Formats: sequence, C-alpha cells, structure tokens
Amino acid sequence: MSELIIADKTFSSRLFLGTGKFASYQLMEDAILASGTEMVTVALRRVEKNHDENIVNYIRHPHIQLLPNTSGVRNAKEAVLAAQLAREALETDWLKLEIHPDPRYLLPDPIETLKAAEELVKLGFIVLPYISADPVVCKRLEEAGVAAVMPLGSPIGSNNGLQTRAMLEIIIEQINIPVVIDAGIGTPSQAAEAMEMGADAVLVNTAIAIAQNPIQMAEAFKLGVEAGRLCYESGVGERSLTAQASSPLTAFLR
Amino acid sequence: MFQEIFKQYNWDSVKDLIYNKSSIDVGRALQKKSLDMDDFAALVSPAAAEYLEHLASKSHRLTQKRFGNTMQMYIPMYLSNECQNICTYCGFSLDNKILRTTLTDKQIIEEVEVIKSLGYDHILLVSGEANRTVGIDYFIHAIRLIKPYFSNISMEVQPLDEDEYKLLKEEGLYAVLVYQETYHKENYKDYHPKGKKSNFDYRLNTPDCLGKAGVHKIGLGTLIGLEDWRTDAWFCALHLNYLRKTYWQTKYSVSFPRLRPAAGYPDPKHIMSDKELVQLICAYRLFDENLELSLSTRENPDFRDNVIRLGITSISAGSKTDPGGYAGTLHALEQFEISDERTPREIAEMIQSNGYEPVWKDWF
Repeated sequence: MSELIIADKTFSSRLFLGTGKFASYQLMEDAILASGTEMVTVALRRVEKNHDENIVNYIRHPHIQLLPNTSGVRNAKEAVLAAQLAREALETDWLKLEIHPDPRYLLPDPIETLKAAEELVKLGFIVLPYISADPVVCKRLEEAGVAAVMPLGSPIGSNNGLQTRAMLEIIIEQINIPVVIDAGIGTPSQAAEAMEMGADAVLVNTAIAIAQNPIQMAEAFKLGVEAGRLCYESGVGERSLTAQASSPLTAFLR
Repeated sequence: MFQEIFKQYNWDSVKDLIYNKSSIDVGRALQKKSLDMDDFAALVSPAAAEYLEHLASKSHRLTQKRFGNTMQMYIPMYLSNECQNICTYCGFSLDNKILRTTLTDKQIIEEVEVIKSLGYDHILLVSGEANRTVGIDYFIHAIRLIKPYFSNISMEVQPLDEDEYKLLKEEGLYAVLVYQETYHKENYKDYHPKGKKSNFDYRLNTPDCLGKAGVHKIGLGTLIGLEDWRTDAWFCALHLNYLRKTYWQTKYSVSFPRLRPAAGYPDPKHIMSDKELVQLICAYRLFDENLELSLSTRENPDFRDNVIRLGITSISAGSKTDPGGYAGTLHALEQFEISDERTPREIAEMIQSNGYEPVWKDWF
C-alpha cells in the first residue's frame, strides 16, 4: 500500500479517527492504537485547559498527528478564532476546519468554510476542511490552498455510507490534493468502498466509538481501509452489465 | 412569532387527540424515521404506556448514535432569590416571607471557587425576577465576573428582550432556558397572578427573541404537575418544532422539572409517575434525535441512575438551589428541595459505571 502525503507529511495509515462519543478516554486510546491510525482529530471544545483527565493525554503518541477541529463554530469569524486557540493550546498548525451551523444534520456551510479557509491558509494553517460533496466547492477550496478536502459520504454519525457517491467520484477525479471521505461511514465495507473508489483516506468516529467492542471495530476498519486501498492500487476491473466470456467468440481471429 | 402558531390550537382538542390515540398509532410512530406532531401525540398518549420498553430501547439507540457514550455535566448557581412575581408553586414567590438576597461580587467569586473545585466547566446561572436590582446590568456584570472561570455559561432567569440577549451573548452567554411552565393559557393566570410573569404571551414569544438574538441554545420545558403533562408536552414539542425550523442554527434542550408530593406543600394537581416521565423522555428523543435532554437533582438517585441510559444527555450534580449555597455563608431559602444529594464525583463515578464518559468541558 502506497503512503499518503498531506502537506509534506507522510502517513502509512489511511484511516483517520475522531475522538467523540467514546465511553471512556482509555477505551478511546485503545481504539486509536488498534486502528493503526496516524491522524486523530479532537474538538477544541473538548480540550481541557488545566485538568488531569485531559482528552489530549490519551491521543498524544509519537506516531500520531493531532488534528484539532473547530466543531461548534457557526461562521468563518468564529472558526478563525477557534483555530488560533487550537494552535495555541495544541501547538500545531494542522486544523480540521468544520463549520456546521445546522445542529440537526451538522451539514457544512460552504460559504463560511471557503471564507475561513482562505483566511486560515494566509495565517499559515494546514487546513483540512470538512465540506459537502460538492465538486465546485472542493475545487474552490483547493485554489484557496487547503492541504486536503474532506467531503462527506452522508451526514455525520448517520452510518449511512456513501450516499453522495456520484459527486465523490467527480471530486476524486478532478482534484489535485488528497480527498479524505469524512462522515457517514458506518461499516468497514463502506470504508473499503470509499477506498476502492480512489479516496486517499477516510475518517471514522461514531461507528467505532459506539460499537459494542470499539477496539475490535477499530481493527476491522483498519483492515477495511487497507483492503480497499490495495484493491484500488491493484487496478479495479471495469464493471459491465453483460457477462464477459473468458474465451471470447472472436478469439479465432488471431 | 410562535404566538401566531399557538393561536391555531385549542387545549381541549389537543388533549382529546392525545387521549384518543390507539396502539396502532403508537406502533406507526415507533416505525417512522421522521416524526410529526401527530406521532408525538401518540407517543405521549396513554396508549403508549404498554410500549414503554420499545420506546426506551429506541430512545437509547438514537441517543447513543447522536451523543455517543457521554454525559454532559452542569451545575446551577443561584444569583438571587429576589422576586416580584407570585408563582403559586415556587419557593421564591413574592408572597413568601423569606430572607431575600442577591449575591455581591465577592459572594459570586466565593461561589465560583467552590464550584470550580468540584470540577465544573459548564454553569447555569439562576435568579428570580427582580428587574430593578437583578436586571440586564447585573447579568452583564455577573457574566464578566464569571466568564474567566467557565467555558460555557447558561442562564435561567426572567425573560429579557432581544437586544438584551444580544448584549449577553457578546459577553459569552451560550444558552438560555425559559420554561413556559404551562401552555394552558387560561390556567397560567391562576399560577402566576402577579408580576411580569403573569403575561403569558410575553413569555411565549421569548424563545423567538432568543433565536433572533443568535443565542446558541434555547432550553424549553413545562413544569410537570401544573396541568395535564401530555398536553403540555405536545405544545412544548410544537414550540420546539416551530423554533427548530425558524432558527435553524440554534440548538435546543428540554428539561423535565417535576413537582412531587412533599411534606408541608399541597400536592400537585397532576402527579406524574416515574413510568410516565420515562415515556416522556423517550417521546422527545424519538421526536428529535438531536435534542439535548436534561435531568436535575430534583429526581431521586435510583431514578437518575437508571434513566441516564434512556435518552438524557446532560445532568447536574451537587446542586444548591439557594443563592450562596455553595460557599454556605448566607443560609437563604432554597427554591426547591434536592432529591439527589450525592457529590459531583459520586455522580461521575455512577455515570462511568454505566459505561458513559462524564464530559466536563464541551465549549471553547
């Protein structure tokens, strides 16, 4: 399996993890380690300043890139402020930009996200925006200088898989930066499907956090992602409506 | 304004609608993914009682999917028990001859220090309604004092105007809880005979002001025990339904303050059983899987320990309901009696032993 490069950093795992919804920090850490992930996102709002039980203590490992996110902000202005706080608190320029003002479906606001991305790139952040599966918005974000795009498969936490598949295909085809499919991936087979399509990575949280055995589920996702990527790199055969005989009728015309 | 929607409904017809729901209606509501007001009526109806286990298991699953295995911790802090309203059910009512007090800066900081030592980062500020002494200027001042200590500040005080909410939001206010108490407009007057609170419509329109002011979260609720809880819950859900479509960037929460029979107080007119409260919690969860559902220390330990898995997403612990109660120097009268006296640490351990992570901080 080839390595993934985002903003000059190399990752050998193509599975990114979120840190919400776990039953305990210890369980979260165990799942992170079992998944083999090298990129873990944490909501800045969950980071405690002076608390012994700080969530970050369970994520910091030498092989893991911390990716603070701005979940909770509703517009570009708040996002930039949160990003600066995150940079200060976690000492990293990496940022998952999330602006979802709609608390029901947590769908990203494309206008505010683009605005914030433009500003954050200027401020030297390595920006990975969570965004709708909209190919034009993804291209605009690429032009703004983001390090990768993170289009959604379906609404956050829905476990509904790649409902935006047709648009994701266009994004993957058109864009020159890594595509990380974020949100909605509920099973390892869906993660594999995303990787087979040519996604560069996937981000998973709810499906692992609320599984009955999160550690085993983390491993299952690791395998799913690897299988999907290996498949993609092996060259997927074309799909066809009709049977393709392995000894074709015109074979005699040699 | 919600007032316009509210006018189209009649209490007695809604009550009839709910009480005439059949088990078929309940079954249909349980199957549906997106529930309407008619489904909510079925879920709070007497017919749903026999489906309680189904409601509970669906509520548990939906809550877990949306909120994960976590429980938000918060604590109330009473700023004042001064009040110009007469509310027939409330310890702070104007006609109660009790010692009235409003915290000074020094007393606020003393309270804050005790609360911080308990581990809290989310605080709920509470007061009676005394607009001259505990009005917008007092609140702005109090939030300025408190903000450096807490990530997340909510308020449960008298209704204010849109412009005032905007000012408070700029100071760092996150959420406002304003319970209608009852949506029974005629009887509302009997419970609130005097003071600004007796204006039913003003209170009814307050969540609109909050939505327009851009306050992050609006808390709704009814005081269970005043009127038929099923009908009140239906109107509260109607209110929620209107608000979430109108102010789509706002989060919503619902609480379940329940009047219980207590020594020295007249029994509430309508007594809600534990089973019925579970039914109501689950009904709200099925109606809106993103709704935050909150449970206070009014409820007893056994009930709280068991109900946290059924849809509740935030919980208070170690609460004092009198101003100055944490530092313990003022000895003012409590607004209501606490049923769960356990410390925040004990509650956190209980939550963990149920397989949940207590969340102390979840805001910037």
